Amino acid sequence: MSLDVRAALPRLAQRLAGPDATLAAAERLSGGASMETWAFSVETPGARQDFVLRRRSAPFDPENSRSTSLAAEAALIRTVRDAGAPAPRLIHLCDVDDGLGEAHVTARVFGETLGRRIVSDRRFETVRPQLARQCGEILATIHATPAPGDAQLKTADFLVELGRYEEAYRSLGAERPVLELAFQHLKQNAPQPVEPVLLHGDFRNGNLIIDPEIGVAAVLDWELSHIGDPAEDLSWICVNSWRFGRPDKPVGGFGDYSELLAGYEAAGGGRVSLKRLRTWQALGSLKWGVMCLMMFQSWAGGTEASVERPMIGRRVSETEIDLVNLLEEGL
Amino acid sequence: MITHPKAEELVAAVARWIDEIRPGLDPRNAFLARVAANALATVGRELASGQATERAAVARMAEILGHDGSYEDLTAEFCARLRSGELSAETPGLLSALKANVIDQLAIDQPNYRHQA
Repeated sequence: MSLDVRAALPRLAQRLAGPDATLAAAERLSGGASMETWAFSVETPGARQDFVLRRRSAPFDPENSRSTSLAAEAALIRTVRDAGAPAPRLIHLCDVDDGLGEAHVTARVFGETLGRRIVSDRRFETVRPQLARQCGEILATIHATPAPGDAQLKTADFLVELGRYEEAYRSLGAERPVLELAFQHLKQNAPQPVEPVLLHGDFRNGNLIIDPEIGVAAVLDWELSHIGDPAEDLSWICVNSWRFGRPDKPVGGFGDYSELLAGYEAAGGGRVSLKRLRTWQALGSLKWGVMCLMMFQSWAGGTEASVERPMIGRRVSETEIDLVNLLEEGL
Repeated sequence: MITHPKAEELVAAVARWIDEIRPGLDPRNAFLARVAANALATVGRELASGQATERAAVARMAEILGHDGSYEDLTAEFCARLRSGELSAETPGLLSALKANVIDQLAIDQPNYRHQA
């Protein structure tokens, strides 16, 4: 689905800001293999606006994909923003006239998204101690928001998630003793289901825009949103793979479990036990391990050509050490 | 194997060249070039210590399973016995054996990955 985005942007600029508008700048932001993200600026006489275009760059199968459509993501962003969660403001859902395929445009929120900088850069020293609590508060807001009906989100609890990833793992034919152990152990130690809520689905350091003054300025990438266990969202940001070299700071490499859970509870999210969170965290590491195998497979099977894909396969061992550490500590 | 150059030296030479051209690339290709250089560094580490890592893993699995075998056969049996429940986290020595295997593998895949608080 190769398409010249740069060539289509001037027309989009005029659609967004009127016939006098010109495209002032456009750059593809790195990262994202099935989804492309572009930052672009539009100038009209006397004004400049900054936008982000998100568009699908690989074929999409709504039945079997874990991702929502970009139209559903647009509906979600609008709904959660109205409920008070910091999602970027939706500007435009693209249609055939834009010539960009499946895509939407949001206002650009400035700040840092690179996890390693967020956990180590001196610019964030002041705000860093507040981030885990803010994450808890934001998740409480998202979880209290009724899911938009038109987004047609899927529902999954612990055993459904575990089963889905076990099936994916089996289909790959990989033999990884630690992953096998984790599947069996988590099956026997699954937490009791709770009333399911609206989840972000990919809430982690890397999908947050951090501002050195205010902390979490925006939560990005809503395409994995679904209905499920609150502990799933609370735990995903604690997976060691998103701590960027700070295993001593369980929440995103910047905060402690207690701050996350206290923020969540104070904002009305209810009480979630650390045990429950860490059981979900183990499932998170296991899921990421299987995803790494799947990304390797997408290259081995010829679907993807990027050098990034096979190399991600070598990240499975990071999830294995994290799983062993969790199992050693009794989760 | 011949020594002028060794396979690991060829890998190191290509990795160095990628690092040299990286600054002139557009952001997307600069990112992919970094991934490519990392991939070659991984290959270099596997060339250097892959055999010793595999031998050690075989010895640890053999100890738990009670017999010798190839890396592939022992791994497959280990997985099958974990799946059937015959082996579990409670099996004496199992977690520490798996941990040692994974730490060795991590030293090849991602030596800078930090996992201990």
